[in-house]
Amino acid sequence: MNYEAVIGLEVHVQIKTHSKVFTRVAAGYGQPANTLTDPVVLALPGTLPVMNKAALDAAIKAGLLLNAAIAPVCKWDRKNYFYPDSPKNYQISQYDQPICVGGAVEIELPGPARNVMGAHRLVPLTRIHLEEDVGKLHHSATESLVDYNRAGTPLLEIVSEPEMHSAEEAFAYLTSLRATMIYGGISDCDMEKGQLRCDANISIRPVGETKLGTKVELKNLNSISFVRDGIDLEIKRQVAVLERGGVLIQETRDYDGQTGTSQSLRSKEMAHDYRYFPDPDLMPVKVDAAWQERLRAECPELPLAKQRRFAERYQLPYTLTSVLVWQRALADYFEETVRLAGLDQAQVVGNWIVNDLLRELAAPAAPGLAEAKVRPSHLAALVQLVGSGAVRAHAAKEIFTEMFATGESPEAIADRRGLKAAPTDAGELEQWCRAAIAGNAKAQAEFRAGKDSAINAFKGPVMKAAKGRADPPRVDAMLRQLLAGP
Amino acid sequence: MADELFFKSIAELGDLLAARTVSATELTRAVLARTQAVEGRLHAFNSRDEAEALAQAGASDARRAAGQARGPLDGIPVGLKDVIAVAGQPLTASSRMLANFVSPYDATVTARLKAAGAVFWGRLNCDEFAMGSSTENSAFGPTSNPWDLTRVPGGSSGGSAAALAAGAAIATLGSDTGGSIRQPAALCGVVGLKPTYGLVSRYGLVAFASSLDQIGPLTRTVEDAAIMLGALAGHDPLDSTSFPADIPDYRAELKRRPGPWRLGIPKEYFGAGLDPEVQAAVERAMDFYRAQGCTLQEVSLPHTQYCLDTYYIIATAEASSNLARYDGVRYGHRSTAAKDAVDLYRQSRAEGFGAEVKRRIILGTYVLSSGYYDAYYLRAQKVRTLIRQDFLNAYREVDALLTPTSPVPAFKLGEKSDPLALYLCDIYTIGVNLAGLPAVSVPCGFTAGGLPIGLQLIGRPFDEANLLALAGAYERGHDWHRRTPSL
Repeated sequence: MNYEAVIGLEVHVQIKTHSKVFTRVAAGYGQPANTLTDPVVLALPGTLPVMNKAALDAAIKAGLLLNAAIAPVCKWDRKNYFYPDSPKNYQISQYDQPICVGGAVEIELPGPARNVMGAHRLVPLTRIHLEEDVGKLHHSATESLVDYNRAGTPLLEIVSEPEMHSAEEAFAYLTSLRATMIYGGISDCDMEKGQLRCDANISIRPVGETKLGTKVELKNLNSISFVRDGIDLEIKRQVAVLERGGVLIQETRDYDGQTGTSQSLRSKEMAHDYRYFPDPDLMPVKVDAAWQERLRAECPELPLAKQRRFAERYQLPYTLTSVLVWQRALADYFEETVRLAGLDQAQVVGNWIVNDLLRELAAPAAPGLAEAKVRPSHLAALVQLVGSGAVRAHAAKEIFTEMFATGESPEAIADRRGLKAAPTDAGELEQWCRAAIAGNAKAQAEFRAGKDSAINAFKGPVMKAAKGRADPPRVDAMLRQLLAGP
Repeated sequence: MADELFFKSIAELGDLLAARTVSATELTRAVLARTQAVEGRLHAFNSRDEAEALAQAGASDARRAAGQARGPLDGIPVGLKDVIAVAGQPLTASSRMLANFVSPYDATVTARLKAAGAVFWGRLNCDEFAMGSSTENSAFGPTSNPWDLTRVPGGSSGGSAAALAAGAAIATLGSDTGGSIRQPAALCGVVGLKPTYGLVSRYGLVAFASSLDQIGPLTRTVEDAAIMLGALAGHDPLDSTSFPADIPDYRAELKRRPGPWRLGIPKEYFGAGLDPEVQAAVERAMDFYRAQGCTLQEVSLPHTQYCLDTYYIIATAEASSNLARYDGVRYGHRSTAAKDAVDLYRQSRAEGFGAEVKRRIILGTYVLSSGYYDAYYLRAQKVRTLIRQDFLNAYREVDALLTPTSPVPAFKLGEKSDPLALYLCDIYTIGVNLAGLPAVSVPCGFTAGGLPIGLQLIGRPFDEANLLALAGAYERGHDWHRRTPSL
């Protein structure tokens, strides 16, 4: 029998705020254990929570980015359960009135080939709510220790509808959601630091069946590739159970990405009764239209929208847009360079960034994009030097490498190292142009018949003959002069 | 008023301190000595720090000598119920669970009293986690009523009321979730004010039921209550339920509001279970107000019969969650018998909590459970709205309500062993908490057996200025509050 998988993801995203969600102490990662605490975090007797407005701002912004409806009131509930990483033994969360309802994540599925765009679709969201993170347990053979540094960090829980059907879709969903959160400045989404965490609800059913199968919750999908591998494994496990005539039980399973295996954590019978009720220590907060509009104004263009715009405005191929748009800083770098170098240089700029800049940035010990010494002004200047024929393509590569290391201007490097092309004399240029025109009678006829773009057919041979030394504007002018004659 | 320093009011002592007739150190020594003399019989204190109190008194005297006295509370020994945090001092909530806990931080009220120059004197006994009406639920043993040592002082702020009545403090703080300031004030013959919910910050108050808890003063006089409230009230950014109200000069307002008032007598508060001597005393208070030109009329609070049920659902639900933090992991009692994490919770809580606390946690856990939430908690919240509406409807016709504080005077220690009988002690006080209103209990007479009786006056939300003026008018016409117990 053929089975269809039904997958929903529950993603937790830590919000990047200075302080914790219900108290003033700093939020952060990598500090000595239990230093990011105060009486409120430790739930000392008598302490009370006070909402961090920046965390609510981020939650609303996340909802706006994903086209969710924003609730007019932000209301808080207590989720009661005992666990040593939870200082109050209840978590302040949102139960029946999440801050965001609905919305969708636009995803791109893998295309038929690497350089061909895949299909796009919207994966609908159920809800997004705001809550507080818990502490971390460290177990050893003889004791268990708790670090409350993470406790009280603002956390978004983003719940999708069960409308994904493969591990690839889940992977694409998480990739897009992650990029969206980073773009919006909501989180850095570093999965190694636990800033983005994912649980998956997975069931299978015979193709054509509309009723949902028995759901298994898969936890500890600690990297994006674990999400793909873990879901794949679980789908295969479920199919195998059914095919040998077994019955699936509703349970929570723990995925171990190192060994590529999973094991049962608990079954449905052991499910918690969280005894949710409205937190009497916190007042509901009204979110009016002006508040929403202020945040909407801060919302950036999202990656896939940017991809469509780059393809249209800059005429970039998918091989470039698919690389440029996923990092906001990289896309901004591209646009700034094009602004300086000229719109006609967009593809050239894109190639430089995707091939050369990213290669240098990927080297061990290379700086990040923000710290890179090559700024858009440098790259634009280099592109113009090449375009004008002052620097040959081969030399430009050398200049770029040096420029990346030193941050010196390309002019200066070219001058200092004698990398400028020898200027071409007019006689040479005329000779190359005459040869090119003579060599293409068809283009000659088309141009004379009024098809202006036919002139481009001559430029390649000219450039080739000039070995990169020809200045394109001068080539163009010379060709027009010769074609206008008898 | 009695001649002894320790029986004087804040207002009187303020004059003596200002005139340098008495120093804060002398006053504090007098209160310390009085405490020494009576505490063996009372057991009003959980802990005392004499050296710290004398150091604070010395600092107060130094301020005054430098011309930097901070107002009427500077140098006044004030006792705090042992549910209010003071940095560096024990905070036990009268529970074995917190027997060795020392707070590293100040409650907001603590910080405000410090800023006003008050001298902190002792952590006062109460029912465990403020759950009870007799202070018999303290893990450290009950407190006695100074008027009759065989009787309870009321509760849960029994230590606060008993210490004050006995002269072991000049004023005290209590907390009131269902009557825990007013009922012991009534049973010990002192003034007890429960402010409007949100007027005084709860930050640093060990939570029992968050939507009902409110800190307030117990004092010898209404004027003293006004002085204390002036220091305590005001918005606190650390408490999200704190209301940004304008705070008037309550003490000055006492004189600016001469009445007369329109007073409502809720008919539901004068039914079965009301002690005849209490009823007679309250009726004499009505006569007094009538003679002062006030109009009195009967009003109805039709949902009064649901107050007790509503209260015990909401209060226990919140308590079951609020007390979850006492688990033996980070602080507080930790069982040495535990085998694993779940066992650690089970054993630590079994050993750390007393019977009444456990009863309420179980009740609260039950009413919040899946399948019962709508029937209990949600319905109780709806009834709570109706109860509040009853009061607000009454306030369309009257300025304040007049009722007994407690249906009975102080009862014998151990007399009410049935929890339900004890819950009935709060029937006139819990509606006020459910509605979030201010109310004050003032002494209004004594039984033939010499036990104090309290009169409860209930005001409009955030209308403490009028409420205290109304109570002050009664106090000026009587001298019940000048009587002191012979100990």
